[in-house]
Amino acid sequence: MHKQNIIEVDGLTKKFGDFTAVDAISFQVKRGEIFGFLGANGAGKTTAIKMLIGLSRPTEGKGKVAGFDIDEEAEQVKKNIGYMSQKFSLYDDLTPKENIRFYGGVYGLSRNRIKERTRDILKELRLEEVADKPVVALPLGWKQRLAFAISMVHDPDIVFLDEPTGGVDPQVRRQFWETIYQVAEQGRTIFVTTHYMDEAEYCDRVSIMVTGKIEALDTPEKLKETYNANTMDEVFLRLVRY
Amino acid sequence: MQTLRYLIQKEFIQIFRNKALLPMMTALPIIQLIVLSNAASNDVKDVRLVMVDNDQSEISRALTQKIDANDRFTLVEVSFSHDTAFELMQRNKADIILEVPANFERDYHRKEAPKVQMLVNAINGQQATVGSGYLSNIIASLNKEIQPQLSQTIGSQMAAVEVSSNNWYNPELKYPHFMAPGILAELAALLTIVLSAMNVVREREIGTIEQINVTPIQKWEFILGKLVPFLCIGLVLVTVGLLASKLIFDIPVRGSLFLVFGYAIINLVCVLGLGLLISNFADTQQQAIFVAFFFVLIFILMCGLFTPIESMPKWAQYATIPNPLAHFISVTRKVLLKGSSFWDIRWEFIYTIILAVLFNVAAVWSYKKQQ
Repeated sequence: MHKQNIIEVDGLTKKFGDFTAVDAISFQVKRGEIFGFLGANGAGKTTAIKMLIGLSRPTEGKGKVAGFDIDEEAEQVKKNIGYMSQKFSLYDDLTPKENIRFYGGVYGLSRNRIKERTRDILKELRLEEVADKPVVALPLGWKQRLAFAISMVHDPDIVFLDEPTGGVDPQVRRQFWETIYQVAEQGRTIFVTTHYMDEAEYCDRVSIMVTGKIEALDTPEKLKETYNANTMDEVFLRLVRY
Repeated sequence: MQTLRYLIQKEFIQIFRNKALLPMMTALPIIQLIVLSNAASNDVKDVRLVMVDNDQSEISRALTQKIDANDRFTLVEVSFSHDTAFELMQRNKADIILEVPANFERDYHRKEAPKVQMLVNAINGQQATVGSGYLSNIIASLNKEIQPQLSQTIGSQMAAVEVSSNNWYNPELKYPHFMAPGILAELAALLTIVLSAMNVVREREIGTIEQINVTPIQKWEFILGKLVPFLCIGLVLVTVGLLASKLIFDIPVRGSLFLVFGYAIINLVCVLGLGLLISNFADTQQQAIFVAFFFVLIFILMCGLFTPIESMPKWAQYATIPNPLAHFISVTRKVLLKGSSFWDIRWEFIYTIILAVLFNVAAVWSYKKQQ
């Protein structure tokens, strides 16, 4: 494994019966990169991400995340990654504090470390005032940022974000991307799926998935150049049309 | 182990914060316990009887009086006509017709062994069998009363076998004493099985289970983290239920309560294992509850609470061995009413431990972190 590559995937395939959801995809992600994983709904993004984070076993192909085999060492992979799904899997009936404590505990953090992280997260997100109110009462944008922070409670090298901005209004989306930049600056790798093409502009490199295959992979600038387009949206439309 | 602590803590916070769950876990079972223990009685009272007295003799009148004096029977009518009596049964006004033929007394004295006829409305099987049993007893006892008088006059002594019966362990045949421990066991099993199955599936529906599956948590930790809180709830329910049974029905506690609770823990672990196993195969709460009810219904109907296991066909008796509820009921009845010791209920312990291990190993094994 190349020292710079934190994710390496080779011919990764997932089949459900006759249906091939992910068709032999190969790519690398460098340490510290913001890697955009784009595609229309149903292109196979979520299936691919689930194989990388050890929720789903690949039918064929190999992959390494943070130096561990995604199939044989899935539990090792899990120690080194954070994951936030589009559902922001927080417990609605628990408070922000309790959510942080619970996930910190499940990741095996010490009691002192949990206290530390709780204080930091609440301060960083300015959630101190609602720290003891059930999460259900929080606005969607706050929930989203809390879920993001909790997915990193154990200081993982890589964070996987599966459509983190789904159903959120544009202004909140902008704010969220600012948070993503801050996290990336700390040296963490961000692997993010989205179907908002404007978000692709924020990524260091993007791959575009069409019906299970990666059709394009490069920096947003190079892609626009190659496809002679002004926006990522146009790039995407050209790819889908072919 | 530390992870486990956080799992259990989180579960308890959620349980105590859920406004609907707590009353459901405490008040409802107590109400059920009180209502069912009183209502689900096999006691037969108020058997409606029509007497057709074609003889109008001393014996037949004595019989009528004896029946009338018995508080289990209500003499609806004394008639001379078979048709009138039959009409009453047709209209569901009578459960039993007792017909004394003409010349009954004369034949009796001639030792021709005359027969009285008992027509039983067997639509209600319980009422019919138990009622006719009582009636046979009354007739037999009347027979016994007349016999000595007869033998004195005729001078031939007849030997009679006398059967006297005593009801041990529940001398007054109080049905709540018999039912309450069983219903308590049933409620504890039912509640924990449904709660545990629903709980995990709910996490799957909300999506939090996916979040847990991307953590390095061990499978057994997850299962145990679900099992322990519901085990505590089950034990609270058993305690409150026993207390209510004692206060309301004054059920006897002849054996060791440690034994009851020791067994209850194993039994609850067993049914919780089944609940968690079910939850691993259900995607929605509806699916979970349907499958849970499939098992719960079989368990309840074949647990010996309403129909004695001893009177089931042989195959069905064997089918109660993998039924944790049957063992629970057997243990509570034996220990509370009979004062049985550990040795007397060792088989219940052994079977339940085997089932508990099977269900829980299967639950851990079938819980998939990776699809």
